[in-house]
Amino acid sequence: MNAREEILGRIERVAPRRDAAEVAASYDRIARDYLRRHHDDGVLDLFAERVADYRAMVRRVTPDELPGAVAELLAARPGVHAVPDGLPAGWIAAADAAALAHAPAVADLDGMAGAVTGCTAAIAETGTIVLDHGPAQGPRALSLVPDYHLIVVRAGQVAPDVPEALERLDARRPLTFVSGPSATSDIELSRVEGVHGPRTLEVLLVEDGGR
Amino acid sequence: MTGTTPDRATSHRATSHHEGPAMPTYVGMPSFPSAARAAVADTRLRGNLAHATSTIRGRRAEAVAELDDWAALRESGKQIKDHVLANLGHYLRMLEERVTAAGGTVHWARDADEANRIVIGLVKATGETEVVKVKSMATQEIGLNEALAEQGVTAYETDLAELIVQLGDDRPSHILVPAIHRNRSDIRDIFLRSMPDAPEGLSDSPAELAEASRRHLRAKFLSAKVAVSGVNFAVADTGTLVVLESEGNGRMCLTLPETLISVMGVEKLVPSWRDLEVFLQSLPRSSTAERMNPYTSAWTGVTPGDGPGEFHLVLLDNGRTATLADEVGRQALRCIRCSACLNVCPVYARAGGHAYGSPYPGPIGAILSPQIRGIGSEVDASLPFASSLCGACYEVCPVAIDIPEVLVHLRARAVESGPRHPLERTAMNAAGWTLRSPTRLALAQRAASASRRLVGRRGRIRRLPGPLKAWTDTRDAPVPPPESFRAWWARTDGGRTEERDK
Amino acid sequence: MKIALFVTCVNDTMYPGTGKAMVRLLRRLGHEVDFPMAQTCCGQMHLNTGYRDQAVPLVKGFAEAFASYEAVVTPSASCAAMVRDSHARLVPEAAETAAKVYELSEFLIDVLGVTDVGAHYPHRVTYHPTCHSLRMLRVGDRPLRLLREVGGIDLVELPEANECCGFGGTFALKNAPVSAAMCADKVANVRSTGASTLCSADNSCLMHIGGALTRAGAGVRTVHLAEILAATEEDPA
Repeated sequence: MNAREEILGRIERVAPRRDAAEVAASYDRIARDYLRRHHDDGVLDLFAERVADYRAMVRRVTPDELPGAVAELLAARPGVHAVPDGLPAGWIAAADAAALAHAPAVADLDGMAGAVTGCTAAIAETGTIVLDHGPAQGPRALSLVPDYHLIVVRAGQVAPDVPEALERLDARRPLTFVSGPSATSDIELSRVEGVHGPRTLEVLLVEDGGR
Repeated sequence: MTGTTPDRATSHRATSHHEGPAMPTYVGMPSFPSAARAAVADTRLRGNLAHATSTIRGRRAEAVAELDDWAALRESGKQIKDHVLANLGHYLRMLEERVTAAGGTVHWARDADEANRIVIGLVKATGETEVVKVKSMATQEIGLNEALAEQGVTAYETDLAELIVQLGDDRPSHILVPAIHRNRSDIRDIFLRSMPDAPEGLSDSPAELAEASRRHLRAKFLSAKVAVSGVNFAVADTGTLVVLESEGNGRMCLTLPETLISVMGVEKLVPSWRDLEVFLQSLPRSSTAERMNPYTSAWTGVTPGDGPGEFHLVLLDNGRTATLADEVGRQALRCIRCSACLNVCPVYARAGGHAYGSPYPGPIGAILSPQIRGIGSEVDASLPFASSLCGACYEVCPVAIDIPEVLVHLRARAVESGPRHPLERTAMNAAGWTLRSPTRLALAQRAASASRRLVGRRGRIRRLPGPLKAWTDTRDAPVPPPESFRAWWARTDGGRTEERDK
Repeated sequence: MKIALFVTCVNDTMYPGTGKAMVRLLRRLGHEVDFPMAQTCCGQMHLNTGYRDQAVPLVKGFAEAFASYEAVVTPSASCAAMVRDSHARLVPEAAETAAKVYELSEFLIDVLGVTDVGAHYPHRVTYHPTCHSLRMLRVGDRPLRLLREVGGIDLVELPEANECCGFGGTFALKNAPVSAAMCADKVANVRSTGASTLCSADNSCLMHIGGALTRAGAGVRTVHLAEILAATEEDPA
């Protein structure tokens, strides 16, 4: 007997096979008395506060202020910054074009100063930003290898809490949940920022003023 | 601990048999009490552990208290995992189908040897002799690094704590922080001794140590062609694998190499993507006491143009189906490896992780190791007794594993499995015989009271004979009273005659 | 109400003063208490050491001895937890009796509805909440609420009170060095309070901590909760 059949056989001697409808009915009986969200109001304030708790910089800007803010933050970190396909041209309109590399090869990323991307969703309660590596986010390596990551989050992308954020995601896409800069608790169980991932995380939260 | 650690490489070969050793690295470990005796005497180790665990304990309590629906999250986590275990075959078949449809390849391994052979075969097929690894309990359990080394393949651990363990030629002592028994100056010394490119004048500041690890591993990440990972959650209905981590070494391993091999225990499933809404809240807070860990990666099969082009998933049994067959013990398979139970355990804090003789130390290890390995060895038979049954572990468990209940259950299995302690059995049988009859109990009490002038002075006994000496080594024992309660009750009609005499 | 005292085998044999205090206290509160002579032991030591088959007849004996009472009160949180959590699992017919068992502080507050029992104990006291009282029975702060009402008492908080003392039944013998290390930390915390009395709701933990306190010559005596609650100005403990 092959390993697959033997393991499934061992399992089903203990937990006999049931038809899919029975399994689904039993799944629906799982108690879910937890909250869908822990905060109703002040979601953007909460998000900004929680991201900052991880010692990541958060700045709130209007759409008009965004290009200037991007340019300013990138200029503060000399070197070339990786820019993914599909990043709205307006975001980087004020940045020094010579310091930007569009969709660079993975092999070139190690020499770069940073990366600027968008995201697909964010979670206020936990200060988390999620990338699904679609347009404006680049392949996973782009925002991993350089030591600095600038993420532009639009207000509408911020979900109040984990359950609502997961509803917005497509599990079949590669996903990266980012909560602050790279860190470790491996030395005496105390948190230290900065190991292999980007050691600096900055976030621009774009609020659609008036709407 | 010198002298108690078996030679890892030889112990593996020496014990190979057709079913394969469950945890080859740990064969021949001493029983918990003798290993713990040495650890308790190591004041530096105890200091390191006390410092680290007391820090995380308070922070976990704060992180959990922040969510006022914690009890409901815990209950849902428990029910989701129980539902998976009750329908494990269904969900494994579904996972296999979805992973395959997304371009991955699924392998099944009955035991450690089979899993190791599968991984070795996959690595050899790439022609590579090096792999990078992201921290994985399952590969610790099967002794993958040692098995790869025998075949000429070098495995580089990339998690900081695993790196410290590997460079120190040491064994892990904690699920989350395998080098918890090392403090910052120990770590500096290990880096200076064993890390080829350690910067001169490296200090013991955690930031500098983290920086040294970053520099040391960067070239490896950029050049590695094969990575090996574990899995925190596998989502059956989407075929998605999920890894939670902090440093970014996980992202590096899961993203940069051409081939990714992930090894997971068959119980690591959740039915559906939405179920992660429970565990992504409960795991980080229980584990590192954070609202969310810095990085969580999720991937489904392969994605053209992004990440490894080849993905293999190894589904590992290695004693899990035997555990599933035990109605009381199977709840251990709910474990999501958060390590909260270790951090609150007063026994773990004093005995350290190595005494448990397994990559799974602490309370969860004491119920997991004897089940997945079987109660055959001295160490496995001693683990269910490595607890004062104080219940702190159950209280913090995010999936409500009643660890004390399982410990007591496994104690019975250990006693029934063989005559390990004939003297104890005789004493227990004698006590049982005495206590089954009030008359016999009263006689024994009279004998005890009659002995009080012989055995003690000033109401206490400073030395007891035989196995009871373990008590009086550090504690006085009480002297029996002149009469038992029942003798007093009978003599005074429940105290009524005494009251009348007043 | 027909109340039985389950004194426990340890108190029966080694600490009769605790049983006497239970009788005195309940009588003072106007309740007669019976001591069924057929009682012996709840079976906890056997069950927790792995001798399940030896525990089963003790559980049956317990259920028979106490079947005819409306309430069973015991001065041991650990034994009360054993009865309520495990008896029905070992012997299903034992469930009915098991459900009527109360630890002293539960009985006083939840059944009799009293917190001020008219006690007087003019000493500095610190209270150790045992693991089984906290995490199995979940008595919460009931013992402390009772102690706070005691006349003349100087109740001081025990640092790291919720930490296990390291007793754990046969654990204290099987893993003596770990048990002793846990006890040493408990003793240090007790001594740091400057209390002259260490109080608890279980004599087995007190035997353990007390044995280390006398060995260290700490000058702290160990007194069961029942004995403090039974003490009065006219009739001190």
